[in-house]
Amino acid sequence: MNFNLTKEQIMLQQLYREFAEKEVKPLAEEIDEKEMFPIETVEKLVRYGFMGIPFPKTYGGAGGDAVAYTMAVEELSRVCATTGVIVSAHTSLGAVPIYEFGTEEQKQKYLVPLAKGEKLGAFGLTEANAGTDAAAQQTTAILEGDYYILNGSKIFITNAGYADTYIIMAMTDKSAGTRGISAFIVDAETEGFKIGKKEAKLGIKGSATCELIFENCKIPKENLLGKEGKGFGIAMKTLDGGRIGIAAQALGIAQGALDATVSYVKERKQFGKPISYFQNTQFQLADMATKIEAARLLVYKAAYKKDTNQPYSKDAAMAKLYASEVAMEITTKAVQLHGGYGYTREYAVERMMRDAKITEIYEGTSEVQKMVISADLLR
Amino acid sequence: MNIIVCIKQVPDTTEVKLDPKTGTLIRDGVPSIINPDDKSGLEAALKLKDDLGAHVTVLTMGPQQAEVALREALAMGADRAILLTDRAFAGADTWATSCTLAAAINKIDYDLIIAGRQAIDGDTAQVGPQIAEHLKLPQVSYVEGLKVEGSSLILKRVFEDRYHLVKVKTPCLITTLKEMNEPRYMSVGGIIDAYREKEIEVWNLKDIEVDHSNLGLKGSPTKVKKSFTKGVKTAGKLYEVGHKEAAKIIVEKLKEKYII
Amino acid sequence: MNISEYRGVWVFAEQRDGEIQKVSLELLGKGRELADQLETKLTAVLLGNHIKNSASELIYYGADEVIVVEDALLDIYTTEPYTKVLTEIINENKPEIILMGATALGRDLAPRVSARIHTGLTADCTTLEIEEETNHLLMTRPAFGGNIMATIICPDHRPQMSTVRPGVMIKLERDESRRGDIVEVTSTLTKEDMNVEIIEVVKETKQKKKIEEAEVLISGGRGVGKKENFQTLELLAKELGGLVSGSRAVVDNGWIERDYQVGQTGKTVRPNLYIACGISGAIQHVTGMEESELIVAINKNASAPIFELADVGIVGDVEKVLPAVIDELRLLKQKA
Repeated sequence: MNFNLTKEQIMLQQLYREFAEKEVKPLAEEIDEKEMFPIETVEKLVRYGFMGIPFPKTYGGAGGDAVAYTMAVEELSRVCATTGVIVSAHTSLGAVPIYEFGTEEQKQKYLVPLAKGEKLGAFGLTEANAGTDAAAQQTTAILEGDYYILNGSKIFITNAGYADTYIIMAMTDKSAGTRGISAFIVDAETEGFKIGKKEAKLGIKGSATCELIFENCKIPKENLLGKEGKGFGIAMKTLDGGRIGIAAQALGIAQGALDATVSYVKERKQFGKPISYFQNTQFQLADMATKIEAARLLVYKAAYKKDTNQPYSKDAAMAKLYASEVAMEITTKAVQLHGGYGYTREYAVERMMRDAKITEIYEGTSEVQKMVISADLLR
Repeated sequence: MNIIVCIKQVPDTTEVKLDPKTGTLIRDGVPSIINPDDKSGLEAALKLKDDLGAHVTVLTMGPQQAEVALREALAMGADRAILLTDRAFAGADTWATSCTLAAAINKIDYDLIIAGRQAIDGDTAQVGPQIAEHLKLPQVSYVEGLKVEGSSLILKRVFEDRYHLVKVKTPCLITTLKEMNEPRYMSVGGIIDAYREKEIEVWNLKDIEVDHSNLGLKGSPTKVKKSFTKGVKTAGKLYEVGHKEAAKIIVEKLKEKYII
Repeated sequence: MNISEYRGVWVFAEQRDGEIQKVSLELLGKGRELADQLETKLTAVLLGNHIKNSASELIYYGADEVIVVEDALLDIYTTEPYTKVLTEIINENKPEIILMGATALGRDLAPRVSARIHTGLTADCTTLEIEEETNHLLMTRPAFGGNIMATIICPDHRPQMSTVRPGVMIKLERDESRRGDIVEVTSTLTKEDMNVEIIEVVKETKQKKKIEEAEVLISGGRGVGKKENFQTLELLAKELGGLVSGSRAVVDNGWIERDYQVGQTGKTVRPNLYIACGISGAIQHVTGMEESELIVAINKNASAPIFELADVGIVGDVEKVLPAVIDELRLLKQKA
């Protein structure tokens, strides 16, 4: 057993940190305040290979693995959770399903530009009436000649409007339940595909979260991902991987909040001394750091198992469950230790606390993670 | 075009702190970085690679750990990396360092040698010009702009109150300022290649031809007699005086600290 | 090398457009002291074209002798011709010490010369002394980003060469009654020695615009009183070659632009000098400037937290103290 990062991983971490500090952090406040999708940051992420980390070079990727990708999402989220989720949704949800389930033609046509970052990816499963109960899909896809005709809508779709390539779940056979769900690769340019209303959110405000609308949207037959009726499985496997990304995002948020708090308590003086001199502060910090480290071990382990082709569904669920709850707890404590200042927009912990909440909800709520974990235990 | 970029791995001196109690340097946990002026030199070379397809070799002299700086250069896009390391090189001043580097450069094809103007741990600005002298090359230091024109370079050479636009034929050596450009980051794929696909060539004393009396501590004309820290920052003083008196106090302090 | 053959202290007199640079006069001041201690001659070396007339100035500032080399090829500085001429006269005359200004010219020429004649060179010295027993030159300089000082010697090679930071040494009073020799030396330069061609010389007054890069910051807080009062800060910044920055409060008031805000939500700065004017020192501000090398604080309130951080604290009115500082600086410049 080896808990040390490799030299390559250390250098990747150095790159991620430097990039995050210099390119991402300075914009974090503004994109939150103005609910602005950071297009320019994404262009820089593309240039330095952040958009295709876990894919082989032959498919336009950086040739890395899940651990390298996880660390990137963590470091970006440490300074800006919005940027973290853009990369995570693009990679885990938009590109991975094509890499894992696509045909060679689909990979050449769709994965390569996604991995190179020329195109941005997104994923649509959730509907107004199909959240945790994802099987209750109402969007339909009817085969007519060489096309599937999609009708229906998706909600809460990350990267919507900015993405070029969407992985969309739809019912090809309404009578077959989950076995009637199929996955499609949908080009943003497709006729009958529209972006609906944009959500106003509590946190990750720079991330675009919108409704997708399909009105007799004609998808070429060859854009069926996997086989007809296998969509639910594809979605679930995709979310297993996506959870590692969200867990990494949560981990990054928590670490960012701890960093900010450590430097604040050394400077903030009350009763004539820095508040770091008080044991309450010290013990709080100790608890925070310990929980973050435990979360990190879970997150890296899940990624490691994915990289080594071991089953990792339960590990990913545990990592996301724990890391997201830790993120919420640590950011709340961070605000508390900042006192009144922490409640103001002047300090980043205010944003971090708002950003943290979503990690307990999207890509499977904490309750869904518990279902996954317990199902594995009671098998 | 073949370019050699000389880089140095340095401690990030902006992260160095003095122990407030003992006044000694705290070196623990200080990150090692590619010297900023050198990194801009590397960026200038990589731009020439992007634009003209130049081949970029990075060269450093240092301990085995300096390998990391070379990997970083590879991850930014350099083609070849050479680490010049030997116990015989240790303790070198700028003369001995420049002799050693020049001997290594003699083994490599080049049209242009780029060195950073100066390293942040030593601030001497000497090694670049001294390499040029050993190799009998024209030198242009303090370069802030570069353009290729046939087999010549057009360079912006900066002084305190002016700059010269100069033309120099290759082969030549230039030293670059960090103000010259904003160095690119490593890329994710570049880092992976730097560790999995590329190799660092390690050269020892036996790999270069050099007069041994010019190496290391023994070959250094200058010696460090002693070094000391400037001492603990004492608590500031608070003055409640008239404004003229106050102005005098401030100006005196500025003189004392060489600000004016 | 028989080091006892080397005698005399040299100062390289740097000129631009025929004008002797201030650092060279400062070096003559130091050189005088070193030469007296070694009981030897102080020589200034002046290279250029049509610069002979300036030679006597060097004597007025302390030189016993001035070696002048005039050549059209020395008109505008380029490395090789200057190196060649200087090396030749060094080899001819064998001085034991050569001092040059640590300028963009001196730091190009000195290493090239030192490499050609195979001797040691110490850069950017701030203190020069003669070691009593050995008569070696003790050259002390900051290293490691200014965190440590190192004293360097060059025991077995001559000349002992050193570049010295401008503004560190003190020039002597100009004294027209001083006498000395002016020795003209003919250069052996040919066109072939010009391996760098000057296309254009562009004079410029550089102004750094980013407060993160400024070496001097004059920073204003609410205590400055009103927007108009920032003009005083601008004046002082101009005197010191710095920029004006401010706290969040004054940015919010619209007294200065957001790009110049120091602190938690602004920029983190670390200039050599930070003058905090009417800034109380709230934690959000302090985070952005506490690493500054020298902090001067001016505030009416003696218990303002900024004073805990300041190297020099002045309890007083910014509008009175700053003009007095500006006057004092101008007075100093007139003297110089």
